Amino acid sequence: MNKITEQLLRAVSGLSGVFRGAYNIREDGRCAGRQSTEHIHIESKTDQPGLVIHIQPGTMGETVYIPACVTSGGIDDLVYNDFYIGAGADVVIVAGCGVHTENGEQARHNGIHRFFLEQGAHVLYQEKHIGTGSGAGARVIDPVTEATLESDARLEMDTIQISGVDHTFRKTSAVLKDRARLVIRERIMTDGQETARTSFEVRLNGIDSGVDLVSRSVARGHSHQAYYSRIIGENRCTGHSECDAILAEQGTVEASPTLLAAHADASLIHEAAIGKIAGEQILKLRTLGLTEQQAEQKIIEGFLK
Amino acid sequence: MLELKHLRWSLPDGAEIIRDVSVDIPDQKLVVVTGPNGGGKTTLARLIAGVQTPDSGQILLDGEDITGLDVTQRANKGIAYGFQQPVRFKGLTVRDLLELAAGEKLDEPTVCELLGKVGLCAQEYMDRQMDAALSGGESKRVEIATVLARRAKLSVFDEPEAGIDLWSFSKLVETFQELHRSQNGTLLIISHQERILSIADEIIVIADGTVRASGPRAEILPVLLQGEWAARCPWGKETVCDE
Repeated sequence: MNKITEQLLRAVSGLSGVFRGAYNIREDGRCAGRQSTEHIHIESKTDQPGLVIHIQPGTMGETVYIPACVTSGGIDDLVYNDFYIGAGADVVIVAGCGVHTENGEQARHNGIHRFFLEQGAHVLYQEKHIGTGSGAGARVIDPVTEATLESDARLEMDTIQISGVDHTFRKTSAVLKDRARLVIRERIMTDGQETARTSFEVRLNGIDSGVDLVSRSVARGHSHQAYYSRIIGENRCTGHSECDAILAEQGTVEASPTLLAAHADASLIHEAAIGKIAGEQILKLRTLGLTEQQAEQKIIEGFLK
Repeated sequence: MLELKHLRWSLPDGAEIIRDVSVDIPDQKLVVVTGPNGGGKTTLARLIAGVQTPDSGQILLDGEDITGLDVTQRANKGIAYGFQQPVRFKGLTVRDLLELAAGEKLDEPTVCELLGKVGLCAQEYMDRQMDAALSGGESKRVEIATVLARRAKLSVFDEPEAGIDLWSFSKLVETFQELHRSQNGTLLIISHQERILSIADEIIVIADGTVRASGPRAEILPVLLQGEWAARCPWGKETVCDE
């Protein structure tokens, strides 16, 4: 691993020392380290770049790390990772990504992740994205996530884009069977001329399936963000989506939620709020002794926490 | 001591809300400001906290002219202010807000103590977000707790009883009494509640933007309780009681 990878790994995976348990580190399109465990097997795909990760049924309390780093401009990394989570397993998947460029050329990572959760499986998926380096080369991350949740499965996605990613287009889609549950917490911060698009399509196919999708974003500088969501209720189900955005300086945000109730017992809700930080919020924190800048920073930190 | 000297403040349309208010708030006293709605009490509190700036007049804290200081600077001089309408934050937890108020990380017993003083169970509320999931009364009590966490020289509470249930209000009155006994600071409470008026050292009556009366509780409270308060203002012009 080179030093930039080490720095990026610290930022996106909280790495200090070595990973414990199953992991695969991807550096500039190549494997920079891998370990399987008794219950989690990581193998390379043979037909395309990427991994197949098998988590045995009933695996409990284990974590698998699959960070990816692009450490220089001129690299366009594309990877296809498939996760098969066995019935009744309860695991954490940490999948951060960092892109770095200083040579004026674009650095891009495009991770296409497919999740197959068997009956009753539970996955907490954590993902941090960051861009670093100077120069005119764009830092681009375009993740695609496709999930299939069998009955009683639960997938919690906790994703955050910290800073420095010039462009991102996030696509997330999922199909939920009976009583399956999808919880998404997405946070995106953009600044300068950065752009971020995020798109969700969730198909609530099974009876009593449910999705709770919350996207929070902060658009600073002259950055622009766009949020699209489409929740389709095909059975008795519950769907909730919420898009909250804070605008700072000249940042702009558009939100375009769609709800499609294709069943009489589908219960779907959307909430959206876009605007600047409320003056009263700044004022309140100033009465606690913070400056206006400190107050704004605290409000944003809390919002994206 | 806080000294207000000839304070004036008007709305942008010229309507004068505070008209030549001069009053002294002595140290270590519990002072209650009361008077009819729309009389200027909240504006006065906001002028003291620096949330609004007077058009003219002076505000002195311990002899130092703080009129030109902004809200942050006044907070750092030892003035704490509890809003009448609590402010909500998505993402910030009750604990976050208390720690910001205290200016330091707080251990769990301290958070428990602060929330307990406003009648909230710490275990239940500590990690709750300060957003719409909290009821108005719950938010108000957290708002009051942030002022308590400041341990300020001068704590200003704007209608702390508003939106609070009877049981919590009783607890709040006890908390004010305890604070008054145990702290060195001064409490300035804007209130209409007789129970809060009855624990005051001094009472200031504000109506129509002016101080209509001020003095020891024993002197002011009996007049306030004559029973005609809602019908007309006993301190002067009947028009001041118009909402």
